[in-house]
Amino acid sequence: MSGVLIIAEQRRGELRPQSVELITAARGVRREGDAVSIAIIGAAPDAFIPSLSLAGVDEIITIKVAAVEFDPETVEGAVAALIAERKPDVVLVPHSVDSFGYAAALAAKLGLGFATDVFRAQRIDGELVATRGGYGQKVAVEVDFPGRSTVLLAVRGNAFKAPEQTAAPRITAFEAPATASRSQAREFIELPAGDDVDMTGAEFILTIGRGIGEEAKVGQFRELADAIGATLGCSRPIADAGWLPKSRQVGQSGKTASACKLYIAMGVSGAIQHLAGMKHVSTIVAVNSDANASIFGVAKYGIVGDIFEVANELRRLF
Amino acid sequence: MKILVAVKQVAALDEDFEFRGDGRDVDPDFFIRDLNEWDDFSLEEAVKIKEASSTPVDVVAVSVGPDDVDEVLRKCLAKGADRAVRVWDDAIEGSDPIAIARVLAAVAKHEAPDMVFAGVQSSDQSFASTGIATAAFLDWPHAAVVSELNYAPGAKTAVFRRELEGGLLHEVEIQCPAVLTIQLGINRPRYASLRSIKQAAAKPIEVLSLADLSLSAADVGEAGSASRVRRMYMPDKGRAQLIEGDAAAQAERLAAIIREFKGDSA
Repeated sequence: MSGVLIIAEQRRGELRPQSVELITAARGVRREGDAVSIAIIGAAPDAFIPSLSLAGVDEIITIKVAAVEFDPETVEGAVAALIAERKPDVVLVPHSVDSFGYAAALAAKLGLGFATDVFRAQRIDGELVATRGGYGQKVAVEVDFPGRSTVLLAVRGNAFKAPEQTAAPRITAFEAPATASRSQAREFIELPAGDDVDMTGAEFILTIGRGIGEEAKVGQFRELADAIGATLGCSRPIADAGWLPKSRQVGQSGKTASACKLYIAMGVSGAIQHLAGMKHVSTIVAVNSDANASIFGVAKYGIVGDIFEVANELRRLF
Repeated sequence: MKILVAVKQVAALDEDFEFRGDGRDVDPDFFIRDLNEWDDFSLEEAVKIKEASSTPVDVVAVSVGPDDVDEVLRKCLAKGADRAVRVWDDAIEGSDPIAIARVLAAVAKHEAPDMVFAGVQSSDQSFASTGIATAAFLDWPHAAVVSELNYAPGAKTAVFRRELEGGLLHEVEIQCPAVLTIQLGINRPRYASLRSIKQAAAKPIEVLSLADLSLSAADVGEAGSASRVRRMYMPDKGRAQLIEGDAAAQAERLAAIIREFKGDSA
């Protein structure tokens, strides 16, 4: 039982960026002298070797499978076979939509120690300890894995910084047994635009969340956004309720607001998926009546107060 | 035909909560309990499928927990579930999602549904694991984060779209029976009418023990779990710099931040 095994993710020919953050996470959990291996599963896994050749990786394991895109049973079969051969003491996967589809199944079937959404992983007196959020991120929860020889951790995105330096790890091709999967991936569908907004390119976004309370209030924030020169965005509950088109949703499952530099969030409590999608923004200003709202944990500036009062006062200044 | 919907009673925290004496959880006196938001959507999806089906469909809500969980099961009955099943034994206390999944899989074996729905995750512990682990114990096909579903009860396959990061969907066909975890926004959950709430109050909730499901204490609780909570604590407080003052003063500072940004970017 030794070594850290990372399972990288790819989609449509591109490595998922969370994959390489796990190399840094591996540093905190590996034992002295242990190797860090990163496995990539796909129809043409060799294509990912250059982007995985990073400092901290001792070995890249390529696993060629028939499925071009993610398929849960294919990944489970391949990773189970690899764990059986290598017997790593820690397996790291990204906490992501793809891993939601297979990690828990793997842990259940193989009897692995298991935790998800882990943002800290360390050894305390030699024992593996993982930290995750609880009660809507209001508390931190430390978990351990008594009696488990292999532990699978799904690691939160942006919790670790990917290494920048390249390296020349050894390359191993691993033969995984063929899996007869019971699901069949078809095609990808881009979220329809809905209206003419381009959240991806917006540099200044004003986002409204559940705190606005009712649909009738959307108009005044749209007007405020126009006045201050911001693009109006929204959190998931607003889009799900149909108060604004899905194309306006920002956060992990909404459009990636990759160009955003100034982000004002009004009445957004900050669900973990929302925060994960906005962490890259240099200036986040959160306005919320709940001083304990998780969004204050990532915001640069915080205003604890009534969003309507602040919005009205702000409108007067433009 | 039957659809089994796994639901959870989640806990939000009171503003000023305290930890339990052993430091491994929050004192339950500070819990505000409700039906998990995701489960509201998966129940609605099952009820919608039932209503659109030409063959009779039973929607069965199942939850693992002590008797105060009956409250969320009654909510499910009021929103259109035909039956409600609750599993409890004191040995289940302290179970992680893997141990809960073992119980849910045993219920599924017992009920033999055509499809199992669960929420993508719970709003309190956010493991995003219970549904997919349940599929593993059943050895059923499975998929997570389903945001659109096309399924007719009794059909050999279902077609769904899973919601990926960055506004992308992935269409997949899956063999049935399967376990699907349902994402927020797949539908608009209904509100229960006063009449249906009254009717639900009179409906029985079937209670099963571990023995009824041929499980033992070793399958659940800490013994049956894949992780153990060492401690809970307050995380480092947010790094936001608070803008003080009344709304007018706060807005003025915010306006200055906006103007500074526009000056920079212009």
